[in-house]
Amino acid sequence: MKAPQTFFEKVWNDHVITTIGEGALLQIDRLFLHELTGCSAFEALEKLGRRPMCKDQVFGVLDHLITSRPGRGPDDSSSAAGSEMIRSMRRLAGEYGITFFDIDDPRQGIVHVVSPELGIALPGLTLVCGDSHTCTVGGVGALAWGIGTSECEHVLATQTLQQIKPGTMRIKYEGELAPGVFAKDMILYLIGKIGANGGIGYAVEFAGSAIRNMPVEGRMTVCNMAIEFQAKYGFVPADDRTFDYLKGREFAPKDKAWDAAVEYWRSLATDAGAVFDKEVEIDCAEIEPQVTWGTSPQQVVGIGGSVPAPAGFADPGARMQVERALEYIRLAPGTRLDGVPIDAAYIGSCTNARLSDLREAAAVLDGRKVAAGVKAICVPGSSLVKKAAEAEGLDRIFRAAGFEWHESACAMCASQAGRIFADMRVISTTNRNFEGRQGPGTRTHLASPVTVAASAIAGRISDIRRIGA
Amino acid sequence: MEQLTTVDGIAVPILRINIDTDQITPGKELVRMRAEGAAASLFATWRYIGDREPNPDFILNRAPWSRAKILLADRNFGCGSSREHAPMALRDWGFRVVIAPSFGGIFYNNCFRNGLLPIEMPIEAIRGIAGQMEVAQGNANVSVNLEVQTVTAPDGTIVSFKTPTVLREMLLSGADEIDTTLARRDAIEAYRAGDRVNRPWAYRIA
Repeated sequence: MKAPQTFFEKVWNDHVITTIGEGALLQIDRLFLHELTGCSAFEALEKLGRRPMCKDQVFGVLDHLITSRPGRGPDDSSSAAGSEMIRSMRRLAGEYGITFFDIDDPRQGIVHVVSPELGIALPGLTLVCGDSHTCTVGGVGALAWGIGTSECEHVLATQTLQQIKPGTMRIKYEGELAPGVFAKDMILYLIGKIGANGGIGYAVEFAGSAIRNMPVEGRMTVCNMAIEFQAKYGFVPADDRTFDYLKGREFAPKDKAWDAAVEYWRSLATDAGAVFDKEVEIDCAEIEPQVTWGTSPQQVVGIGGSVPAPAGFADPGARMQVERALEYIRLAPGTRLDGVPIDAAYIGSCTNARLSDLREAAAVLDGRKVAAGVKAICVPGSSLVKKAAEAEGLDRIFRAAGFEWHESACAMCASQAGRIFADMRVISTTNRNFEGRQGPGTRTHLASPVTVAASAIAGRISDIRRIGA
Repeated sequence: MEQLTTVDGIAVPILRINIDTDQITPGKELVRMRAEGAAASLFATWRYIGDREPNPDFILNRAPWSRAKILLADRNFGCGSSREHAPMALRDWGFRVVIAPSFGGIFYNNCFRNGLLPIEMPIEAIRGIAGQMEVAQGNANVSVNLEVQTVTAPDGTIVSFKTPTVLREMLLSGADEIDTTLARRDAIEAYRAGDRVNRPWAYRIA
C-alpha cells in the first residue's frame, strides 16, 4: 500500500517534470502577470527575442500602478513612469497574445481577486505570479506562490520553474470563532504567535474545523497572509465548498471535463495519517479581534492589548526592530490600542476586498457616519466585486457613511497612490504594516474589515464588540 | 547571469530582524528605478533625509562602510514582497553577499538570479564577524568562497555554510537558467504528452 501523502506532496509530485540536483523542474499551469513586475519580465523576454512557450496559460491584468481614482483614464498612474509601464504591459500583452484584462474590461481587478473569481486559479494547479500574495489563491486549493521577475521570464519562456521542495506544515484552527472575530483576526493571531519568520521553508496547509466551516473567500484571506510569516505557499485543499464556489466560473472546466476534474481534485486531499514536518494547533476561542501596533505583521495584539516595551525583548535584533517600529509608528509603550486616534480608514487589497468583506463592513457602516476629519476610502477587490456590491446597494452605504468609493486596483496597499495617506495613521484591511508601505510616513494598523469600519466611525481604533454591527 | 566564486571585502552589519523588501527598495522607488538605476533606491527611506539628501547617521553613508561588499543581517532578511528590485538594488550598490540566519523565501531565490549570494549562518557567528568589523571600524576583510562554501572572518575563523546544489551551480557557472531548462526540452515534452491525458482541464482554457 502507498504511504499516506499530504495534499502538497501529491500536487508537487504531479508537477515534477524531472529532478535537478535536490530540486525539481516543475510544470507551471498558470502564469499571471501585472504591469509592475509582468511588464519587466515581458521586456526582458523581448530583449532576448524569446517568445512565450504556452501563451494560452498566461494571463495579464492591470492593478498595481493604475490609479483607483473614480473616472480614471486608461494609463492614469501616480507617476509618468507608471503610465509608461502600463502602456508597455498593454502593448506586450497584445503582441504575445496572452489573455489580458485591460482597464475597460469588466473583469479587471486585483490579480489575486480576479484569478479565482474567473476560475483561472483551480484546485491542484500550479499558479505563479510576480507578486508575493499569490498564495491567496491557495484558498481554492491551488498550489500558488509568488516569484521574482527573472522567474516570471523563465515561466514565459518555458512554462516551468526550477524549485527546491519545501517542508510541510499543517496549521489547524479548531473550535468556534467568537462574535466580531473573522478570518483576518485568525491569521494575524497566528503570525503574532509563530512570528513573521515562522513559516520559512514550509508549504502550509490550513486545516481544522474553523477552516472546514469557512467560506472560500475567508480561506483566501487566511492564505493571503501565509507569506507574512514567510510560508511561500499556503493552501486549503479543495472540498465541496470549493467546488460550489468554482462551478460555472468563466475559465473553469465545463460538463464532463468538470466532473473529471472534480474527481481528480478530491483525490488530492491529504490522506489520513499523512505526516507533516511541523504541526501547529490554534484554539479559535482564544482569538480576539486583532490589530497591529508596529511595522511587522507579527507586532500584533488583541484589541484589548497594549503596545509592549522594547526592554521586554531579550533578543537584541528583535529589540532593535521594536525600538525602530515604535519610533516610526509614534506610540509609547503601554498605550492601549483600543482608543488610539486615527486619521484615515482603508478597506481594500487582495486580503480583504472581496464581496463578503464589503458586506461585513457595510453592515457596520449602515446608518452611521465616519468621524469628522477621518479620510475613509474603499477600493473593491475587482471590477466584478464592485459591480456586485453596487447591485446590492453597498456603494450607497459606504458613500452615505462618508467613504470614497473607488475603481478596483492595488491602490493604497502598494504605495502607488502617491501621498494620499502621507504621514497619516491609517487603520487598514491590507496585509503589510511595513514602514512607508501605504505612503511616506504612513502609520498602518492592520485589522479586519469590521474593525476598520468600527474605527472609522469612532475616529479611533475601536473594538467592534463594543460598537456592535 | 552574473557569476560568483569568491568575494573579499568589507562586511557591514545591519543587525535588525525582519528587514523587509519595502525597506530594501521602497514601493515608491520601484517605478523611479527605471530612470535612476537600482543603486539609488537601496534603503531609500533610511538612507536619505527628504528626497535624496544622504542621512549621515545611516551606516552605508559613511566610509569605509560605503564600500562594503558583504551585508551582515539578522533573521528573516528580505521578507515581504517578491520584488526583484531588492536584490538588484543590493547588487547595483556593490554588495555580492548577504549573510543572515534566515531569509524570506522569494528574496532568497531572487538573489541567485542577480549575482548576489545569500548565506545562512547562525546569528552568534554573524555577531562574531560584526564585532570584529566594528572593532576595526570597517577596515578589515571578510572572505567568501562559494566553491568550498566557507566564510573567513577577519581573525581567520572559518565558518562553513550550505547552499542548494542547483542554485550554487547556477551562481558558480553564471549559466542562463532558461538555457539550462530548455536543454531538458525532451523531458518537458514527454511530461506534457502524458499530463495532457491525465489533466486535460489544466491545459484546455475555456
